[in-house]
Amino acid sequence: MTAFVESRPMSAARPIEKGETLLSVDGVSLSFGGVRALTNVSFDIKKGEVRAIIGPNGAGKTSMLNVINGFYHPQQGTIAYKGQVRRRQKPYEAASQGIGRTFQNVALFKGMSTLDNIMAGRTLKMGVGLFWQLFRYGPALNEEIEHRKKVEEIIDFLEIQHIRKTPVGKLPYGLKKRVELGRALAMEPELLLLDEPMAGMNLEEKEDMSRFILDVREQFGTTIALIEHDIGVVMDLSDRIVVLEYGRKIADGSAEEVQNNQAVIDAYLGVAH
Amino acid sequence: MTTAMGAPADTFPKLLLLNAVNRASKPAVRMKDFGIWQTWTWAAVLDEIRAFALGLEALGLKAGDKVAIIGSNRPRLYWTFCAVQSLGAIPVPVYKDGVADEMVYVLDHAGVTFAVVEDQEQADKVLSMTDTLKSLRHVIYDEERGMRGYDPAAIHAFADLQADGRRLLAADPALETRWRERIAAAGGADLAVILYTSGTTGKPKGVMLSFDNVVISAQNGIVFDKLTEAEEIIAYLPLAWVGDHIFSYAQSYVAGFCVSCPESPETIVDDRREIGPTYFFAPPRVFEGMLTMTTVRMQDAGNWKRGMFDYFIEHARKVGEQILDGRPVALFDRLKYGLGEMLVYGPLKNRLGFSRLKVGYTAGEAIGPEIFRFYRSLGLNLKQLYGQTEAGVYVTLQPDGEIRSDTVGRPAPQVEIRIAENGEVLYRSPGVFLGYYKNDNATAETKTADGWVHSGDAGFFDREGHLRIIDRAKDVGKLSDGSLFAPKYIENKLKFYANIKEAVAVGNERDFCSVMLNIDLTAVANWAERNNVVYGSYQELAGHPQVYDMIEKHVDQVNRDLAAEPSMCDSQIRRFLILHKELDADDGELTRTQKVRRGFIADRYAPLVEALYDGSAERFVTTEVTFEDGRKGAISANVRIRDMKPHPPVPSAEAAE
Repeated sequence: MTAFVESRPMSAARPIEKGETLLSVDGVSLSFGGVRALTNVSFDIKKGEVRAIIGPNGAGKTSMLNVINGFYHPQQGTIAYKGQVRRRQKPYEAASQGIGRTFQNVALFKGMSTLDNIMAGRTLKMGVGLFWQLFRYGPALNEEIEHRKKVEEIIDFLEIQHIRKTPVGKLPYGLKKRVELGRALAMEPELLLLDEPMAGMNLEEKEDMSRFILDVREQFGTTIALIEHDIGVVMDLSDRIVVLEYGRKIADGSAEEVQNNQAVIDAYLGVAH
Repeated sequence: MTTAMGAPADTFPKLLLLNAVNRASKPAVRMKDFGIWQTWTWAAVLDEIRAFALGLEALGLKAGDKVAIIGSNRPRLYWTFCAVQSLGAIPVPVYKDGVADEMVYVLDHAGVTFAVVEDQEQADKVLSMTDTLKSLRHVIYDEERGMRGYDPAAIHAFADLQADGRRLLAADPALETRWRERIAAAGGADLAVILYTSGTTGKPKGVMLSFDNVVISAQNGIVFDKLTEAEEIIAYLPLAWVGDHIFSYAQSYVAGFCVSCPESPETIVDDRREIGPTYFFAPPRVFEGMLTMTTVRMQDAGNWKRGMFDYFIEHARKVGEQILDGRPVALFDRLKYGLGEMLVYGPLKNRLGFSRLKVGYTAGEAIGPEIFRFYRSLGLNLKQLYGQTEAGVYVTLQPDGEIRSDTVGRPAPQVEIRIAENGEVLYRSPGVFLGYYKNDNATAETKTADGWVHSGDAGFFDREGHLRIIDRAKDVGKLSDGSLFAPKYIENKLKFYANIKEAVAVGNERDFCSVMLNIDLTAVANWAERNNVVYGSYQELAGHPQVYDMIEKHVDQVNRDLAAEPSMCDSQIRRFLILHKELDADDGELTRTQKVRRGFIADRYAPLVEALYDGSAERFVTTEVTFEDGRKGAISANVRIRDMKPHPPVPSAEAAE
């Protein structure tokens, strides 16, 4: 398969080299009324790595992703993306800077085909004006062909050719997850946030999904931050792991370090108080 | 078929050079990629194959080397066959889904030095075997995905190798002349390919076929079915299977037609509809699957549509086959069939991708007569053939207009057939293989000095000169009066009834044939509901007198069929019983592939077998069963036995049908 043409970064920042910090979270606290979802959490994500965020239920993992892609706004702390400290922004702004994501509960357009769903992921890259779009003529047609090509590359990459024209609502769960990954890839993200990509999958589907995640990184150079409950998968896939508990960071490091960390063991197994 | 210099084109590389001149701009291969059909002309194919061949040569591939080809139907893997053959090396296609042990055995036995694989999955499989495979030096992969991080000295991308070939050719144009000289020097008698038989019995054996074997067989098939370069076929069966090798490789080169490779194994149905093959091959299960899919979809359709479908399909059943065979049909029926073609048959064929079908084949195992007739009644020229790897496929073929669902046709062109004393089919033809690779004993057992091959199958010629295959020769026995007893033949006839799930025929060295049956719970339960038969369990349903009455009618019909066949008349079923439990692989009664283990069952149900032959009307038995969780239990039942009246042999002319 031909590799993707590297898309031009939309922000003016210089390109980040592999191994440099792509995103850093510094002292972030988030609360909803009296409920503290995150308390003074700091960590970073380096370009080209698979970074996992784990923790027991309610630890604040999904809140963390929502903060990263601009859906929630932390009361304290800063987030710097590509070295620039981010002001308050909307999710689509994060998306246009190259942050893509999938959701814990599959959030696809059920009535639309796989192809159209993935095509929808390219909306931000479409630039032709409404006039041409209305008539699907001239530049609009050329642009659509270009986008369709990219989408076909993703379909080929994820091996979902057989469901290209199938309405997504009809698909089994494992395939829906794959289509969702496809839609996130369609915007050619630099940082991909995956919220429980393997929840509810059987072993074989998990293996397939793990392979796709590693292939995404290898082939497109995408940096990946993922939340996952299957600790076995997390340990195998991730370069570094952040562990959250009750909104606080309790550990950060390689799979081995995290596994041997007493606080993590306590958080998962429970301790007598 | 001659090259420009007048020498016969008796090898595939020669045919390639010929096609690249005569059919330069005609399509040779197509593959759907990124949702679009990509086409290569014969001239383009020559360029691809030449580049790859020169790349392989630069990597050290020499004449006589064996090259494994592992993967699904992709143009590059088909090109590999020809590229390898152009260097005098021998391609060895391997089943990609085979268990690792079997794959290791084949690759090791063939002594492959190179392996050309489809993707990372296959590459990993091969690389995991390097401890055993001492001779393996290089692995070449087609799909680049996930292949970073492997040792570049031993692992190469197909495209990189082609690039090397092209670079070398640009630097030294004389390379091409030498390449062509080498192709010209090879001849039809040379070893072309080694195909390993899947090995249902014992270890796989490598069948060595010469270029003559394959090219002449392919040519005979082309003449027989009047195939031209305009045919369209879709390649989707395993590369390692002789049928695919002949249909998708050999015949494409000989006739010059275009082969289309599907986008992925899952998209074959859509891809077939887009291509609309004119020449198609499928094992019976594919046709069964398509029929089931159609039936299920029609169940979901609205009343109007379903009514129309049922009405016209019924009409097709009545006259469709006659019209296809060119027999006389009343004008009104013809007009009605024409209307049906417009409203039902045409759209259905289009849906299945058979709108342009000129000839379709099924082989491999017995096809249900109902299924066979369904497709034929739609106007599809579906035929059966009988073939073996050792024969370069063709042994017998059904000529147009002489199609029967229960025969495999007349001897194929240039094939001689005789039936041995024990009923075994022997054949001799130009397609007959050279021998088994590194297995002279097996060769001597199978192939006689004067070229006759033991097929291992028992069969006979019917009155019209059509061959009928009845069973594996070793399973065929004799009744005590010396007449032929072919259990599988009888069992298959019974199993074609939806109500009968399994059948076990006994009778070897006994006075008559009797059978033990399993009813099909789904079909019979459905029947019971319609007929107000109340039952509590499988056992109760199986023993129900009304069920016995219904099954008796099926058995009687089978007897009637058997009476019509001179050599089978004596093995009519005299007594039958319905077993009180379903045969189950967990109890060792079936193999894991759901075939009955006749010998084991005869031992296990010895009291019942005894009762079948001592004249008793019923017998009380207790059988141990294994439940799914491994616990054991016992089922006891009073099993009834029914007597059947045999039919007199059908005298002559009005027979068969």
